[in-house]
Amino acid sequence: MKIVVCIKQVPNTTEVKFDPKTGTLIREGLPTIINPEDKNALEEALAIAAPLGGQVTVISMGPAQADYALRETLAMGAHEAVLLSDRAFAGADTWATSYALAKAIEKHGEFSLIFCGRQAIDGDTAQVGPELAEHLDIPHVTYVRRIVSLDEKYVVVERALEDGYEVVESTLPALLTTLKELNVPRYPSASGIVTAFDEKKVAVWTAETVGADPAKIGLKGSPTQVKRTFTPSVKGTGKILTGTHKEAVQQLVQELRAKHVV
Amino acid sequence: MDFTLSKKHEMFRTLFQEFATQEVAPMAAEIDESGEFPWVTIKKMASLGFLGLPFPKALGGAGADTLAYIMAVEEISCACAATGVVLSAHVSLGAHPVYQFGTPEQKALFMVPQAKGEKLGAFALTEPNAGTDAAGQQTIAVLEGGEYVLNGTKVFITNGEVADIYIVFAMTDKSKGLKGISAFIMEKGTPGFTFGPQENKMGIRASSTTELIFEDCRIPASNILGKEGDGFKIAMQTLDGGRIGIAAQALGIAQAALNESVRYAKERQQFGKPIGTFQAMQWMIADMGTEIEAARLLVYRAAWLKDMRRPFSKEAAMAKLYASETAMKHTVKAIQIHGGYGYMKDYKVERLMRDAKITEIYEGTSEVQRMVISASLLK
Repeated sequence: MKIVVCIKQVPNTTEVKFDPKTGTLIREGLPTIINPEDKNALEEALAIAAPLGGQVTVISMGPAQADYALRETLAMGAHEAVLLSDRAFAGADTWATSYALAKAIEKHGEFSLIFCGRQAIDGDTAQVGPELAEHLDIPHVTYVRRIVSLDEKYVVVERALEDGYEVVESTLPALLTTLKELNVPRYPSASGIVTAFDEKKVAVWTAETVGADPAKIGLKGSPTQVKRTFTPSVKGTGKILTGTHKEAVQQLVQELRAKHVV
Repeated sequence: MDFTLSKKHEMFRTLFQEFATQEVAPMAAEIDESGEFPWVTIKKMASLGFLGLPFPKALGGAGADTLAYIMAVEEISCACAATGVVLSAHVSLGAHPVYQFGTPEQKALFMVPQAKGEKLGAFALTEPNAGTDAAGQQTIAVLEGGEYVLNGTKVFITNGEVADIYIVFAMTDKSKGLKGISAFIMEKGTPGFTFGPQENKMGIRASSTTELIFEDCRIPASNILGKEGDGFKIAMQTLDGGRIGIAAQALGIAQAALNESVRYAKERQQFGKPIGTFQAMQWMIADMGTEIEAARLLVYRAAWLKDMRRPFSKEAAMAKLYASETAMKHTVKAIQIHGGYGYMKDYKVERLMRDAKITEIYEGTSEVQRMVISASLLK
């Protein structure tokens, strides 16, 4: 079974520091990581591939330094890694990004499954996975929290909803976007790190390599226009009222009266 | 000259830090109290290839190098020094001598399972009356009909009882002094090979330290490492490498003392402000940070020299001397910064100070390191 995993290298937001004067992100020297839910995607692909003797290919679009994130996937056990990197891709929104990834996957060839993390922690759009499936004209299931069964033709998954889950069956090939509940990503192994740096290579593909239409990539191919960015005002913290239902309701009414809401 | 870590070593560092934080640190205080050997952690380390870090892949290792290995000891010791010494003693003292001096058969039989992490290693030189004075060995080995027969007692053996394979030193010819010492590979379970009780130690309490007792213990003649009389040379060269491991352990302990001190100095308020705003604290922390960085450069350089296959004996002794004395000095300071709280077992610095002391003693005391260094400088 051939499996493709798409990952993104993102700033490690747990270590983000803000400039207290300007309120902006201090980007300098910020460590980067593989987007956490993309690691769940990779873990699932590796776990599925291992008993079947399958092949896991990881693809990422990004600048040259994303090579490091791809090496990490090799250290975790991915069989090959492709970096889609070209100045022409710069400024891409999710549509242009998913188009470029689709071209890379087409060039890479046959596959049964594509795994993507649900969303990246730096953009939170959750759009690239579904858009990629549309470009490739294959079915997709988002928010996968468990794989129920998988054979040569079908995959059955649990798809998380806000207040429950649904069981979805899809034909293969299909694209799945993963939640962190799906699994616990493995550590890279020590010998895997040696393999990733000393024995394997990360292939670098450009827009030309994948035969992308110049009008559909980068800033030019991006229909999204950023009108303005701003820091949202901080929401007040909620207050939890305890006690019996009756007591809590009484407290609530008191508080609302005190604030002249009722 | 370039002090930047390679991307590969950066990834190793991140892996070791994450592993130490998530798998080692959570149980460190508990196993210090109970003295329970960290089998769960050691098995996880084995499965990730940490127990064979510096050995070639063809021999079951991870194919990394000494630098990656000592970074593992450093980061793991920063979380739990007892777990750190299990790794250091296994790799440097248990597996390395067979890797360096063993025959291809011995490597296949003993070292490959150690590098894969299937079997744990240990090293037995010290005796009740032969510590620094290695020539005072009273354990004897006599060749009898294709077998060596060992009799004697070893003390303070790290990984004693938990290890499967032991490098044991014994006199094969007392008349030759140091040149009469030979090294043997011993397996746990050999008839006549037993263990004393667990030592009740001040620090590194979750590591295993026992006596080894040999009573008419017979092993195949093919279990000799090197030739008869090679023992002292094997012991000294093995300890040269081991010292970089212990230096890294001390470095990890010292770094933990700094981490705890910085955090506490920012949090703890006195006279209405954090104690880190007082110069008395700032100076202690500045010295701590500076000397730890100096220790790190010495330790990494010794590891680098070993990886470059250059002489590293003096540099390993300097690294071990300086890193262990830095660890001792600054774990005491870390308690001072914590005041009364630091004296309580609720705070990590109390354990750090107890763990630090051993690094000035084992694998050559600070005095032995000074002997090695001065002998090299004055020759």
